[in-house]
Amino acid sequence: MSNAPVDNGRRRFLTIATSVVGGVGAAGAAVPFIASWSPSERAKSAGAPVEVDISKLEPGQLIRVEWRGKPVWVVFRTPKMLEQMKVHEGQLRDPASDEPQQLDSAKNPYRSKRPEIFVAVGICTHLGCSPSFLQGGFGEKVEGTEDGFFCPCHGSKFDMAGRVFQSVPAPLNLEVPPYTFIDDTTIIIGEEEGVA
Amino acid sequence: MMKKLVIGLFALLPTFAMAAGPSVPLMDAGNDLTDKASLQRGAKLFMNYCLGCHQMQYQRYERTFRDIGIPTEIGEAELIFDGSKVGGHILNAMEEDDAAKWFGAAPPDLTLVARVRGADWIYTYLKSFYKDDSRPFGVNNTVFPLVGMPHVLQELQGLPMPITEEVEEHGKTVTKVVGIKTDGSGEMSTDEYDQAVRDLTNFLAYVGEPSRLQSEALGIKVLGFLVILFILAFFLKKEYWRDVH
Amino acid sequence: MFGNIINWIDERIPMTRVWNMHIAQYPAPKNFNFWYLFGSLAILVLVNQILTGIWLTMNYVPSAEGAFASVEYIMRDVEYGWLLRYLHSTGASAFFIVVYLHMFRGMIYGSYQKPRELLWLFGMLIFLALMAEAFMGYLLPWGQMSFWGAQVIISLFGAIPVIGDDLTLWIRGDYVISGATLNRFFALHVIALPLVLVILVFLHIVALHEVGSNNPDGVEIKRKKGSVAEEDKPKFKFHEYYTDKKDIVDAIPFHPYYTVKDILGVAGFLILFCWVVFFMPEMNGFFLEAPNFEAANPLKTPEHIFPVWYFTPFYAILRAIPDKLIGVIAMGASIVVLALLPWIDRGKVKSIRYRCGFHKLNIAQFVVTFVILGWIGATPQTDFKTLLSQITTVTYFMFFVLLFVYSKNETTKPLPTRLTK
Repeated sequence: MSNAPVDNGRRRFLTIATSVVGGVGAAGAAVPFIASWSPSERAKSAGAPVEVDISKLEPGQLIRVEWRGKPVWVVFRTPKMLEQMKVHEGQLRDPASDEPQQLDSAKNPYRSKRPEIFVAVGICTHLGCSPSFLQGGFGEKVEGTEDGFFCPCHGSKFDMAGRVFQSVPAPLNLEVPPYTFIDDTTIIIGEEEGVA
Repeated sequence: MMKKLVIGLFALLPTFAMAAGPSVPLMDAGNDLTDKASLQRGAKLFMNYCLGCHQMQYQRYERTFRDIGIPTEIGEAELIFDGSKVGGHILNAMEEDDAAKWFGAAPPDLTLVARVRGADWIYTYLKSFYKDDSRPFGVNNTVFPLVGMPHVLQELQGLPMPITEEVEEHGKTVTKVVGIKTDGSGEMSTDEYDQAVRDLTNFLAYVGEPSRLQSEALGIKVLGFLVILFILAFFLKKEYWRDVH
Repeated sequence: MFGNIINWIDERIPMTRVWNMHIAQYPAPKNFNFWYLFGSLAILVLVNQILTGIWLTMNYVPSAEGAFASVEYIMRDVEYGWLLRYLHSTGASAFFIVVYLHMFRGMIYGSYQKPRELLWLFGMLIFLALMAEAFMGYLLPWGQMSFWGAQVIISLFGAIPVIGDDLTLWIRGDYVISGATLNRFFALHVIALPLVLVILVFLHIVALHEVGSNNPDGVEIKRKKGSVAEEDKPKFKFHEYYTDKKDIVDAIPFHPYYTVKDILGVAGFLILFCWVVFFMPEMNGFFLEAPNFEAANPLKTPEHIFPVWYFTPFYAILRAIPDKLIGVIAMGASIVVLALLPWIDRGKVKSIRYRCGFHKLNIAQFVVTFVILGWIGATPQTDFKTLLSQITTVTYFMFFVLLFVYSKNETTKPLPTRLTK
């Protein structure tokens, strides 16, 4: 055994340095394990933007399309529906759509690119059920408004722009996905100019 | 390994005994996975000449375009002929039963061909077709005797004429194909054809293992890191072991 | 604060005591050399296999229809899936490299000898479980080699008289290797055998710490109580569990001395390991065989079927014997005989350093034999190789026969009273 006294400073430095580098290594080794949980190419491919033909959509009609495994609604709102939306603004949580539940292009009174065509993810912002479209039967839920969406799970209510009413469990307006009109009768859901 | 497989393929044929001799030596493919232009040309060749019969059922268009440097829109417009989604696999519409009827066996999927047979084999194979009127498609192949595939690149290479030689084998004189010379009717010169085949081989090698370049780039960093760790651990060990020695 | 937490835990589980007894105050001989790194490396590889294995099951589909495609899905579509898969496939080979070197260490330094017979037997059970684990895992990618390799190995059971055919049918659960076989192998590979392996490794370490490590001199560091002079005792503190019963010489605490040494070993190992993983995961067909990139096809056998390299020495013994049943028995015996080493070797001196010259020659010929058998088992058979494999099969078993004979009255060199170096 050497008689030289132990150089504690050097020992401490080397211990810390090796520990830090080893820790970085362990963190680095964790990267592939963590990253492998993100959506695979298959999931991304299945979640690719969806084209919707709206040429046959009639006023007042709602169609559902699947995008990333979720129901997306495309609704042709009648002038009457658009008119009624102004009536109950005082009863809404977020009438001006201040919460980022939509892109800026849909941050307007109608929450849409074109007033009559409404596109939204049909999933209640409370716990993920899909609300029902009460066409003409919404009046019993909210007085003076004939049309709206009502979530059967916990009774959340949304108007024809997907805006949530006060005193229901859902905290936020319905999400408006990115979408683009590629021509008058075709929408691509999941893709928007300047948005990945 | 590939030779064995080729031979294995024909194990069921009565001609097996003849084919079982030593195969031709393989040429060096000389392909380069970092050569994006070559990969892009190879992809184009594949989509135009191979995909009609051979699929790449595990490989997706979009990922391929991204890896070999083709912008998605250009790839969609120029390289997807059947209107497939860009996120979809590289498939064709041929039914396996029909294929088996036409070619004797369904054309194999080519996603992993480069890993099964190796790049050199593919390169040599594509350069080893020769005219043989006794075969259903009028061509035979020195690497893959009695191949059931037509020479799809003939319009590029021209009609490859066999150069034969009489050789002694097992006490018998047999005629062997020792070389191939195009009749000059193709669109490409011999050098151009070699390059085209190299590009195609390169593309198949890429598809066989699309993570190859990513792996090596990451590998360098990991090894560099480990060397640092090793040096530190070395001095740490030495420092502590002064107590013992 | 920190101390309080430690106390709180220690009152409930023996954390500090176990740490001290088995790590910080565990007496290890001070003269471990290079060969003593492979135990810790085997644990490292085991952890790698378990972690990457768990992650692979997240995307693997255990069915005859989906298995091959799901492996390519992992290789192409899952982020870093290729790395997880290569870590696992390279890890399988690394496991055997490390374990073979670990076993060889035991052979040259006589680590199987009394009192470490049970330690050695646990090790052999680990080796058996590992072989079963590797064999079943190799079926899962459902490539040509997976399929036909399993076909060949399972057919070996058919050599057993009377019940052989029924037994193979039962193992496969079908008339050929099929989805049923794949599913049961998957279940055994991902849960049953790993569990067995981990338990065996635990018992292996328990046995090791009870008797203490051997060392390159083969001289015990634990001496009769009271036989060691105070000035000869090491300056380190060891746990009373060891010092109460015995006097200890030439030992150092496992931590920090062997922890830092093992860290160095791990770093060195990882450099080689990652080099293979990132740059040559196929290892020229030794770690990943080319025919296995073709999906299993029950109608078409690859021309040559080889097991992966780690089985080839035993496979060569099987092939060397032109009788199915005797071949299978010989192959089994070649493994069983290893387990019997503690009783075959009747010598009193453990380490090769102090044993007779003939023993050194015998071990050398055994290494050469093992390598030649491995090479023969991995290459196509020729007349010459068949003859050579028969010769090496004989020399393989001769190692044990000779050892049994000469170890009884062996001329050995005098043992040092203390560890050298």
